Amino acid sequence: MIFQPHNRSSQSDAAALARGRIAPNIYDLIAFAMLAALVMLLARGAADMRAPADLLSTSPVTLDIGNLPEYALRTTLRMFAAIIVSLIFTFVVATLAAKSRRAEMVIIPALDILQSVPVLGFLTFTVTFFLGLFPGSQLGAECAAIFAIFTAQAWNMAFSFYQSLRTVPADLDEVSRGFGLSAWQRFWRLEAPFAAPGLIWNTMMSMSGGWFFVVASEAITVGNTTVQLPGIGSWLALAIDKQDFKAVAWAVATMAVLILLYDQLLFRPVVAWADKFRFEQTAGQEKPRSWLYDVLRHTRLIKIAGLPFSWVWQRAMLLRLGRRRIVEPTPSPLWLAKALDYLWLAVIIGVALWGIVAAINYISQTLGWHDVFEAFSGGLVTLLRVILLIALASLIWVPIGVWIGLRPAIAERVQPLAQFLAAFPANVLFPFAVVAIVATGVNPNVWLSPLMVLGTQWYILFNVIAGASAFPSDLKEAAAVFRIRSWSWWKNVILPGIFPYYVTGALTASGGSWNASIVAEVVSWGNTRLEAFGLGSYIAKATEAGDFPRVILGIAVMSLFVTLFNRILWRPLYVFAERRMRLN
Amino acid sequence: MNEAITLKKNRPLVEVRGVCQTYDKGSAGKLIVLDQVGLTLTSGEIVGLLGRSGSGKSTLLRSIAGLIQPSQGEITFEGAKVTGTPDGIAMVFQSFALFPWLTVLQNVELGLEAQGVSPAERRQRALSAIDLIGLDGFESAYPKELSGGMRQRVGLARALVVHPKVLLMDEPFSALDVLTAETLRTDLLDLWSEGRMPIESILMVTHNIEEAVLMCDRVMIFSSNPGRVVAELRIDLPQPRNRQDPAFRALVEDIYARMTARKEPGSPARDGVFPGTGIAMILPRVSTNLLSGLMEAVAAPPYNGHADLPPLAASLQLEIDDLFPIAETLQLLRFAELVEGDIQLTAAGKRFAESEVDARKQLFAQQLAAYVPLAAHIRRVLDERSGHKAPARRFRDELEDHMSEEYADQTVRAVISWARYAEYFAYDEESDLFTLDNPV
Repeated sequence: MIFQPHNRSSQSDAAALARGRIAPNIYDLIAFAMLAALVMLLARGAADMRAPADLLSTSPVTLDIGNLPEYALRTTLRMFAAIIVSLIFTFVVATLAAKSRRAEMVIIPALDILQSVPVLGFLTFTVTFFLGLFPGSQLGAECAAIFAIFTAQAWNMAFSFYQSLRTVPADLDEVSRGFGLSAWQRFWRLEAPFAAPGLIWNTMMSMSGGWFFVVASEAITVGNTTVQLPGIGSWLALAIDKQDFKAVAWAVATMAVLILLYDQLLFRPVVAWADKFRFEQTAGQEKPRSWLYDVLRHTRLIKIAGLPFSWVWQRAMLLRLGRRRIVEPTPSPLWLAKALDYLWLAVIIGVALWGIVAAINYISQTLGWHDVFEAFSGGLVTLLRVILLIALASLIWVPIGVWIGLRPAIAERVQPLAQFLAAFPANVLFPFAVVAIVATGVNPNVWLSPLMVLGTQWYILFNVIAGASAFPSDLKEAAAVFRIRSWSWWKNVILPGIFPYYVTGALTASGGSWNASIVAEVVSWGNTRLEAFGLGSYIAKATEAGDFPRVILGIAVMSLFVTLFNRILWRPLYVFAERRMRLN
Repeated sequence: MNEAITLKKNRPLVEVRGVCQTYDKGSAGKLIVLDQVGLTLTSGEIVGLLGRSGSGKSTLLRSIAGLIQPSQGEITFEGAKVTGTPDGIAMVFQSFALFPWLTVLQNVELGLEAQGVSPAERRQRALSAIDLIGLDGFESAYPKELSGGMRQRVGLARALVVHPKVLLMDEPFSALDVLTAETLRTDLLDLWSEGRMPIESILMVTHNIEEAVLMCDRVMIFSSNPGRVVAELRIDLPQPRNRQDPAFRALVEDIYARMTARKEPGSPARDGVFPGTGIAMILPRVSTNLLSGLMEAVAAPPYNGHADLPPLAASLQLEIDDLFPIAETLQLLRFAELVEGDIQLTAAGKRFAESEVDARKQLFAQQLAAYVPLAAHIRRVLDERSGHKAPARRFRDELEDHMSEEYADQTVRAVISWARYAEYFAYDEESDLFTLDNPV
């Protein structure tokens, strides 16, 4: 799902696109089958590459405070590497989907399914695969970690970019064509700037989510291969292993500092800069601000240093890459286009069928119906957890968010905090929970569940705050004048008013919770190990055992659950919110 | 010297011959937007394309700009067939179409950048265009900081900087307030008559009759559905023209009359207004408030049931694009007659204007039943069904056999709003159902 920078018009575009994708159609099935086949191929390939287990033992991670800054730096670098890969992916794949109808037929459903695939489930194959790709070097493990973060952020970025490309304003398109801009000039002058606010917001949100996965993917055990990359995640894993409480606390503190720096030095300046790309012809509205951006803008030295770059940029703009567009391409005869369409459809259906057969073959070699049953019942339990916890989190945070959002002075201070908490990787805090559960001896099946929403509940909070802040003051005044109070006020005034925002938040939170279940349903503290029955623990255990068929089954079942959950619940709600509860 | 000027004056720049533009509607056949349109634009003249929305005038403008390829016919610019977007033709948009992330200067430079002009020359040319159009001091501003008038000046500067021979303008002043629009028109005419712009000819689309008479040397009047040139007028009044001049008023009056003229003398006037017949008539979405408002205005003094359209439009501050659909809907409902640029209330129209709310609703329902076949059709289906319910989807599908999806949607919505007002039948958006039970 695309994150919206609280910009109503682009949200309605997203809803328009989502409306077409509610009912699962043949393309969803095709995409699903193809992905299953791809994962299966990867698994097979990975199994063949026997990676040496002692690979990374030369420079083991230690719990030495002196090493912590370096670890923090390396974790951050991994994040940036992933973001660059994601951006490249976005530019290529989303552009392809927007420009070619036949590519679009495959890419868009595929992205849609990929969004629902649990990122951490992938790790099993990618670690083995990349280790095999670069035998004897750390590069393989690095690639696996970066790939994990990439899979957490690329899809929604690509979606956002695709959506922008498809909704480029008609008049600007005509100006560009009228002046005969080349494809290169058109991309940089029209398409990229128009897509920038949405893409940047999605990149930033993805990066917030990315911290969670970088922590989870740095230290991982697949079968008998254990990988520990120098970084905060490995530090944390070691601290948990050694039951070193102080080291866990250090990890929490470092993480907090990192996210704070990231927010101040990158997130805010970039958002403030990107404000000029907002496609609104009117001034007004609150501008995003950043002290760093203001400083940079007013520094003469930076301007001078930037001169050569702007010179190169201006020259680059004169390049005439890409054919100058001549009107619309003369359409090929209708029957030919139709025939090609059917041919293309036949090809992709064929590949999909082959994929289904191959995947089922692979899985059924070792697994039977009872395994499928186990995975599904685990899925149902996890689904129950997600539903209950999102409901619980909503009950708590919606009233609080409304209260805060209606008080601008407080909202201004709380909002950054909520965004900070959403970015904070909750898995760093898991050890505290484990210790508490062990100490009190309560049932882990119940008490491990809250960990799933520990990190994701903040999406609900900050979206509700944003919604309540944007609630029009004339409606507020009208409600006051007519003395609409208590339940009637909630039901008729504020809940419908914040509903579109709430749905965005809850949708994000629910997606995140599914992902988190893989690390939240099995947790350990030294030798103590707590486990809750569910699909998350099913995948986690299979990963640890290096049991590829089970992992594939688990991932497939989880993707199915998430996709159906989104289609049946969230997306109709989203479309409904856009159609009926828009305030403008 | 004089000879050179006359020579320049008579050179044909753009020639449009037999242009048709059709859109495929799938099973329903083709939607004809432009039908056999011909036009010659010679240097030294300003030509106006006047017509209502749906008359294809904007489509014609875009075909000349090379933005769309006509389905049939030929367009030449300086003798060469227009295939791509030709250099030498620039366009100004109704919505300004400025890039919000580029400054005024960068917006103006854009066309030069596309031509590969070097940065230094680009800047110099852009600055002189900005200077010409009266934008000095705004070079580094972003469009969102500017008022509408200033934005359209940027649009003009951007078009002029590429030194086009022909300037196309698509309703350039219709998004501006009255005062600003007038200032811009005057400024543009001054630049034109003083020969300070590099352009040789202007072709502008408008639906404002006075604007056309004020600015153009020649006006082509378009009919709608399908778009055809129904009349061509030469306007020889000397510039600057005065709106109060009797000759000016007479021209405006004449154009109004031509635009309300019946298409074919033999056809029934009322049903000929909207394209399509019977239930397949494409209806405009006109609010019942506007309908009753216009009837009241015409019924009241000084008109007393009979009004001349130009002064009526002026006093109500409506442009023809707003006024005509209202007047024609009244005509469809037999509340009024449109003849030769005049509107006259029928007996029903006068009765409506004098009645109270409930009587009005009853009257409206009667007219709806009698003269809007789709409304009567829906009502009949509802009466026949035992549950008195029918999905709106069904009627939309029925309409889509005859018209495009958007028109079907628009038509159904129009009928819904009229039927709701008349309490003729009800509609529930949630379930997309027509029903007979009005909430009590």
